[in-house]
Amino acid sequence: MLNLLNNTIVFKWIDKLINFINSIFFVFLLAALSFALIFSPPDYLQSETVRIMYVHVPSAWIGLAAFSVIALLSILNFIFKMKYSNLITKSIAPLGLMFTCLAIVTGSIWAQPTWGTWWAWDARLTSMVILALFYILFIISNKMILEDDKANKVSSIIAIIGFINIPVIKYSVEWWNTLHQPASIKFLQSNSIHSSMMIPLLLMFLALLLYCALIFLMKYKTEIIKIKKKNLKRL
Amino acid sequence: MLPKNVKKRASLLTIFLSFSILAIFLILKSLNNNILYFKSPTEIKNSEDINFAKKIRIGGMVKKDTLRVSRSEILFIITDYKNEIKISYSGTVPNLFSEEKGVVAEGKLQDKNFFIADRILAKHDENYMPPELKDKIKKNVK
Repeated sequence: MLNLLNNTIVFKWIDKLINFINSIFFVFLLAALSFALIFSPPDYLQSETVRIMYVHVPSAWIGLAAFSVIALLSILNFIFKMKYSNLITKSIAPLGLMFTCLAIVTGSIWAQPTWGTWWAWDARLTSMVILALFYILFIISNKMILEDDKANKVSSIIAIIGFINIPVIKYSVEWWNTLHQPASIKFLQSNSIHSSMMIPLLLMFLALLLYCALIFLMKYKTEIIKIKKKNLKRL
Repeated sequence: MLPKNVKKRASLLTIFLSFSILAIFLILKSLNNNILYFKSPTEIKNSEDINFAKKIRIGGMVKKDTLRVSRSEILFIITDYKNEIKISYSGTVPNLFSEEKGVVAEGKLQDKNFFIADRILAKHDENYMPPELKDKIKKNVK
């Protein structure tokens, strides 16, 4: 497992992957954006405002997914002491924070014309802010604590505690009365979003995922280089 | 089999996590009334200790054919299909505010059936569809 994570062969593969994603990302993004902004129909009720959703919803998904990945890796790291898993979590965290903030900001811009307010302290919005705070705590603990082992431990514990927030975010709209609407896309049930809007939404999600993969790989690469440099100094 | 220290850490983590989940569950449960962003007319009717001086939020659907707009105020009825409350409001309303749509009113209760709002928020539902489809559905219903 350790060999898989930190190895010169993997290092070469990262470069190849970065090149590959670079070659398809912009085309994909252009296609997804033109579907989302031009070809998809306006909503029957909110008309053109609905287009914010094509950024808002994928960002929120990525924000949640990224934190789940960080938390799961932190659990593995805590139990099995996987040496280099913190390189991965460190590289994911800034991306997750960015997309969480993006979801909050786009949501706020959407809320002003639709709800009539920029912000409401309902359960969904508040729990998203808590998620952003956990991201910030995680990143700060990695940056401020200078000893690697200790930083690793503290940040994994933060991620594990923050993991409890994830189901709270997901189900906040069902457990409590919130201003935020419930999910339109459900597992095992029919969606309450029309397919002409579903397709651009999924395309945008894939485009943003590609972007995440690209930035993650670049960051992961620099983290590996940093480690290698450190080991060189030790020699 | 797993080494002993791995097992130890795993069980430590399990205990830690289950306790913190329990703690957070209890906190959320005790705060339940504050987490609710709004109350429904039924909850207002059933609650016994209402503070009429305090600002609260009431949410539900704007009842069909009850929206009256005059020069000085907007009158309508919020319903959750069991109980209803009359709302009086003067000011601007959000774009999505209309009959048979979700709404949250912020203001003070005068009595259990009458509410003076000083802010109106529209609640959007989870349905997204193009306008042509909506027209078709309407035709089918008629």
